[in-house]
Amino acid sequence: MRQYNNSYIIGFATAVCLVCSIVVSTSAVALRERQDRNKVLDRQTKVLVVAGLLEEGQKATAEQVEGLFNDNIRIRAVDLASGEYDDAVDVNTYDQRKAEKDPDMSRAAPPNNAGLTRVPDVALVYQKVEGDQVEMLILPVEGKGLWSTLYGFLALAPDTTTIDGITFYEHGETPGLGGGVAITVIKGAAGSAAEDPYHVDGLSGATLTARGVSHLVQFWLGKEGFGPYLEKFRAQQGSVS
Amino acid sequence: MNAKRKGALLDPMFNDNPIAIQVLGICSALAVTTKLETSVVMSIAVIAVVSLSNFTISLIRNLIPPSIRIIVQLTIIASLVIVTDQILQAFVYDISKQLSVFVGLIITNCIVMGRAEAFAMQNPPIDSFLDGIGNGLGYSLVLISVGFFRELIGAGKLFGYQVLPLVTDGGWYQPNGLFVLAPGAFFLIGAFIWLLRTWKPELQED
Repeated sequence: MRQYNNSYIIGFATAVCLVCSIVVSTSAVALRERQDRNKVLDRQTKVLVVAGLLEEGQKATAEQVEGLFNDNIRIRAVDLASGEYDDAVDVNTYDQRKAEKDPDMSRAAPPNNAGLTRVPDVALVYQKVEGDQVEMLILPVEGKGLWSTLYGFLALAPDTTTIDGITFYEHGETPGLGGGVAITVIKGAAGSAAEDPYHVDGLSGATLTARGVSHLVQFWLGKEGFGPYLEKFRAQQGSVS
Repeated sequence: MNAKRKGALLDPMFNDNPIAIQVLGICSALAVTTKLETSVVMSIAVIAVVSLSNFTISLIRNLIPPSIRIIVQLTIIASLVIVTDQILQAFVYDISKQLSVFVGLIITNCIVMGRAEAFAMQNPPIDSFLDGIGNGLGYSLVLISVGFFRELIGAGKLFGYQVLPLVTDGGWYQPNGLFVLAPGAFFLIGAFIWLLRTWKPELQED
């Protein structure tokens, strides 16, 4: 077998690393745009599923999703503390996840069970609209599960006290156990409504994930979350009807 | 195609199947086979990675210093896996989300590393490429047949389409939840190994 001196070995290793890193970064940069579009589409699809405009698992083309989304869903920015709409925010470019990390656009979260450290000043609310009538409110929610932060959408009927559904689009929970939250869309009242209208099934083997879900729902519907907005919304609905 | 190349391509299908005979790559075979669709995509990803890594490593096999050969192989394999993952995320986003970490874990799939070390380091590029495809196909054969039975028995579906009408939807089929969970895959892989060794008794170890 040929003998290799040290400088050859170091040179060879460097060359291999260089070539590999060029290949990897080229592919990452070249495909970035497509991947970002997929992520936006995925989020829009999830909103449409919670809104009941798409079936879970239904295959829709990118154009269909964009069409349905633009026709039926209105995005409004809401100032969480006051509960007022904030029309100064461009809803198409506003990134709530980024805002949450920016000290100028967020505040420290009060002590909470949902594992949140910061809350954005402005949150996006998706409204399913029919003409000018709001049919459903879809609120972005997030909170700690067992391993990871769960990101999802909570759908409320216009009376703001009936949950129409909840779905999670991003999480890092155990696949097959807590990961089940991603596929579980709860529609209407779970369990027998007559006996126990507030009953929701747990996920066996995923107690901590399920507990995280309860905490995050409590937080986001409470006064630190969308509470003020929901109150205003109720008052407004009452005056209209 | 000469006999050696044919052997490199076809042997891993049955005579030297990486999962059933060498018992490599079991982890991902259990994890991604709950549905046929994810099984097929995972199979394609593994075929691409094994064949290309075999080809690349074989191309530079005479230049690789023996003292750092394993890490060089791993660097090449890891790069190919990342590229594959990026492509999946860009073109089949839904499936790539379901495969989650398991695409990344192809790096640690013993089949890839095993073929690089055992075959590509000693053989010319074309033979190595075929050997990679063969091993990838052998892996796919098990993955897809396990995925087929798990989705059919566990959910009454194939490729997401309802084949057997479920009791809950007014049909007659009561799905067997065991097959959606990992033990279902254990039973199926066990049955596959048993059938293969019954069909080819020369594969049985004493």
